[in-house]
Amino acid sequence: MDISIVSLIATLIVAATPILLAATGELIVEKSGVLNLGVEGMMIMGAICGFIAAVSTGSPLLGFCIAALSGALLSLLFAILTQYLLANQVASGLALTLFGLGLAALLGHSYSGIKPPSTPKIEWFGLSDIPVIGPIIFNHDLMVYFSLFLVFVVWIFLRFTRVGLILRAVGENHDAAHALGYKVIRIRVLAIMFGGACAGLGGAYLSLIRVPQWTEGMTAGAGWIALAIVVFASWKPWRLILGAYLFGGVTILQLNLQANGFDIPVSYLSMAPYLVTIVVLVIMSADRTRASINAPASLGKIFHASS
Amino acid sequence: MIRLEPRPDPSNIMIGLTPIFAVIATMIFGGMLFVFLGKNPVDAIRMIFWDPVFGEHAFYYRGQILVKAAPLIMIALGLSFGFRAGIWNIGAEGQFIMGAVIGGATGLALYPLDSFLVFPLMIVMGSIGGLLWALIPAYLKIKFNANEILVSLMLVYVAFNFLIGMVTGPLRNPDGFNFPESRSFQDFPSAHNPELWAGTGIHWGVLTTLGMVIFAYIAITRHIFGFNVRLAGQAPRAAKFAGVDPNKMIAICLGISGALAGMAGLFELTGPAGKLTTTFPVGYGFTAIIVAFLGRLHPIGILFAGLLLAITYVGGDIIQSQLSLPKASIQVFQGMLLFFLLAVDILVNFKIRIGKGISK
Amino acid sequence: MTLIALNNLTKKYPGVIANDDITFEVGKGEIHALLGENGAGKSTLVKMIYGLVQPDYGMMRLEGKGFTPSEPRTARLAGIAMVFQHFSLFEALTVAENIALGMENPPSSSILSDRITKVSYKYGLSLDPKRLVGDLSVGERQRVEIIRCLLQDPKLLIMDEPTSVLTPQEVDALFLTLRRLRDEGTSILYISHKLEEIKVLCERATILRRGKVIGTCIPKNETAKSMAEMMVGSKLKSPKKSKANFGAPILEVNNLSLKSSDPFGTALKNISFNLRAGEVMGVAGVAGNGQDELMLALSGEVLSGLNSIKLENKQIGQSNPIQRRLLGLLTAPEERLGHAAAPEMSLAENTLLSGFQRQKLGRRGFLNKPGAIAFAEKIVQQFDVRTPSVRNGAKSLSGGNLQKFVIGREILQNPKVFIVNQPTWGVDAAAAAFIRQALLELAEGGAGVLVISQDLDELMEISDSFMVLSEGQISTPRPAKGITIEAIGLMMGGTKVA
Repeated sequence: MDISIVSLIATLIVAATPILLAATGELIVEKSGVLNLGVEGMMIMGAICGFIAAVSTGSPLLGFCIAALSGALLSLLFAILTQYLLANQVASGLALTLFGLGLAALLGHSYSGIKPPSTPKIEWFGLSDIPVIGPIIFNHDLMVYFSLFLVFVVWIFLRFTRVGLILRAVGENHDAAHALGYKVIRIRVLAIMFGGACAGLGGAYLSLIRVPQWTEGMTAGAGWIALAIVVFASWKPWRLILGAYLFGGVTILQLNLQANGFDIPVSYLSMAPYLVTIVVLVIMSADRTRASINAPASLGKIFHASS
Repeated sequence: MIRLEPRPDPSNIMIGLTPIFAVIATMIFGGMLFVFLGKNPVDAIRMIFWDPVFGEHAFYYRGQILVKAAPLIMIALGLSFGFRAGIWNIGAEGQFIMGAVIGGATGLALYPLDSFLVFPLMIVMGSIGGLLWALIPAYLKIKFNANEILVSLMLVYVAFNFLIGMVTGPLRNPDGFNFPESRSFQDFPSAHNPELWAGTGIHWGVLTTLGMVIFAYIAITRHIFGFNVRLAGQAPRAAKFAGVDPNKMIAICLGISGALAGMAGLFELTGPAGKLTTTFPVGYGFTAIIVAFLGRLHPIGILFAGLLLAITYVGGDIIQSQLSLPKASIQVFQGMLLFFLLAVDILVNFKIRIGKGISK
Repeated sequence: MTLIALNNLTKKYPGVIANDDITFEVGKGEIHALLGENGAGKSTLVKMIYGLVQPDYGMMRLEGKGFTPSEPRTARLAGIAMVFQHFSLFEALTVAENIALGMENPPSSSILSDRITKVSYKYGLSLDPKRLVGDLSVGERQRVEIIRCLLQDPKLLIMDEPTSVLTPQEVDALFLTLRRLRDEGTSILYISHKLEEIKVLCERATILRRGKVIGTCIPKNETAKSMAEMMVGSKLKSPKKSKANFGAPILEVNNLSLKSSDPFGTALKNISFNLRAGEVMGVAGVAGNGQDELMLALSGEVLSGLNSIKLENKQIGQSNPIQRRLLGLLTAPEERLGHAAAPEMSLAENTLLSGFQRQKLGRRGFLNKPGAIAFAEKIVQQFDVRTPSVRNGAKSLSGGNLQKFVIGREILQNPKVFIVNQPTWGVDAAAAAFIRQALLELAEGGAGVLVISQDLDELMEISDSFMVLSEGQISTPRPAKGITIEAIGLMMGGTKVA
């Protein structure tokens, strides 16, 4: 077998980045007390919108911006449904996913088989030539570093800023936050849109860098895995990285095993990421006390000010 | 200023009217989508909703509607119990696949046995396949508190890969030139689920579905089980007070939905699909979620919603061929329908007041 | 001198006038009581002062200037602070974070912690800024709310039913703090229905009834009875208690220990007691000391050791609620909407919750709808539940009416043992009196009645014997006769009060 650990780690980072981006966004959404199950739909919309924008302008960066915008716009639908029209969050999230998958397929109808403009890797003044560390750390595109930076920013935001505190308070007890005069709905709508933008970025990373091309249904459950990773991380930003990279590792490992003609049929190897996600979910949920302390107490509950 | 004013009791009129509002809104906004795609919206809407039932070739389409409606209704009926109880099985697609694979494998193992018992045995095994597949998230939820939404969904991908593994491996047709597909059930009379009356589309699955609608109707409206399901969904603590075991509720609701999805998969495989292939799953398990909500989680409502969604499927085929629109456009259409339904749902529990009203 | 004057405040909601032409004023450095039954409009009124609700009509003046807060922020900036009845706290956040959330421009966290420590020392309210609020006792939580207010140097402190969750000793400590604040010039608007407290604490009282001001009085010059009659608008009958006549122990609890399923809950430790037929046993204690856990263990919603609970000598620790009901143990939990009754379901359907098996409201699992309707109508009639029809949803009933329905549903099923948690919490006085009378009559008929309540006056009124639940442990039962509130306070873990 010919599997290089260094290239394995370098590629697992690429495989993990879309999920890390989407999960970071969803973490903020859930911290505000909203469960948006539409991550998959927003991701695939980001994937196609970013792809179209990048192909038609030739600029991957613009592609990412449009992807973020499209994810945020789609999530706005969810925000209107759940925050203003008080619809069930689970059902609305599913609707978002089904709608997003359909709309993306429609938009992407004539974009199959095209190659997008390539995204350059960041030039670290030759640092990428350092053995081992070079390819792992200094040989990536901007979005990889951005995703890590985003986790850092989210951590600072939640931990040290007043707005972050208010967001956590809204997710913890929306009635009390309302009684203190905080705008529960406004805060949640903004959080939802941030989550949508992040999911859009994650989707665009798939279609512009990771794959890179457009195929229908290309997210293949990545949005759902991002949701699972938020649970795995117990709603703590840093642990998102661990979860996403673990998932990336499993994906890359099974792809390598497939490529090396490992003696298991491809279809069974392809189950691995999903099975690992289930296993991880089970392990993290089993401790009910810990899970319920970290989980935002108002998660998924409908808020309607009675007065 | 628009305000929401809670109703003391949910409005029964609105429960019936809101799905109709949602369909109308979808027609309007869907029409706008077709304008955007450069097509005549009136033609497109007519082709989707009218032609399948009353159009020139309706005699052919009507059968197709029943063929497509049956699995949607059967899966949605199963899902509706869990959705009412707040147990979210969204992996019906996986259970549908597993039902077809397990039930189908049972039949293929008996090939070419000529016995009237083969088909009933396959139905049973298909249901058990779906049931067991759905009990995985149930068990993980009860034992480890793992979120059933995510687990059941992950298992769709696992089931799909399992299907691929089966049709490229053990279940591949030995006389099939290495194509990734199973033996055709049309060539295996004791396992075949034929069209019972030519041209009607009616097969055993359609008849079973009708029976299930009646059965589910009685369970949900007349029986303590249905009452407990509703109670568990509306007020989980009150359900515990009444003595409902939440774990049992999880297992039963997921089990029912899995068994029905598995059974639907088996009927689909042995009838309309004919054989196991990698393109066997076409998303009925996901569309059934829309059917369940559009039908207000009520068996009779689901019956109509299933027929309506089946019409849009057939209509989708029509616009695909006649207006050369991509297949996905009908998926957008269906997603939109669910959106609008959720949006107008607020009318059931709230009155909309426009203007200054009495307060403020 | 007047601090705040309310003139003709009116607030209408669909179907009710919550506040009708309210006029009164609170002086500077005055502790002013706002008295009224549940539903009299107290909450709406203070929400208007705090900016959460805007009046339809009328105006307020704060220190002579017009005052129209459009949101709580404006009210806080103007010097209004409020301690909520249901605390506006966040369990998973720390004390310091909770306090910062209630301030307009909180200082950095280290400075804030210092200030919290200082203020809490000054007013005798000890508190650690770094602890999670979820781990605090109810009394400590209230301190968080009060300190949050004090750090803003308020001109007017509004307190909504502050003592309903405190032990008598904690109440005394709170009053010391409040008097001290008054002496420093802070005005306090004190909402309560506890008349004895108002007599010792407040200089003036304004009484509301059905949204209107009934009058203002000097509590010192009134009796509790006279104020109660102003509040209710009619003479109240005290429940009549006949001579106790106890039978054999009917419910025996032996060394019941249970962990709580709530991460912030209280574990039950070695609970043992006997309840006799014909006895009304009161369980006193401050919320959060294991009341909910005890209730769930007794009702069967949480199972315990087989031997730990016996009903008429049958071991029922492992029996579910349905089995216990069939044996004659019936319960009414504290939370009416969502636990004892399903809000969206009709009253008729709500009879099925506890009556399906015991009242035989079905056969072979099939519902007997006419039977359920008839049973609901019987409850409505015998327990004076005011509702247009038994087809109306539970959530459309007022608190008192729904509580009468819930209690009636259980009592009309002839329980051998009836366990009720907070039977009259948030219920108007007439309904409360009715419910207490019904409990007494049930015991007279030979049932054992266990009443878990935080309302000591209520327990004193109806109990034959008396226990205290504190930190998951229960005291030895004592006869209620001759016991004083102070003695109970000591039993409630009075030594722990800082």
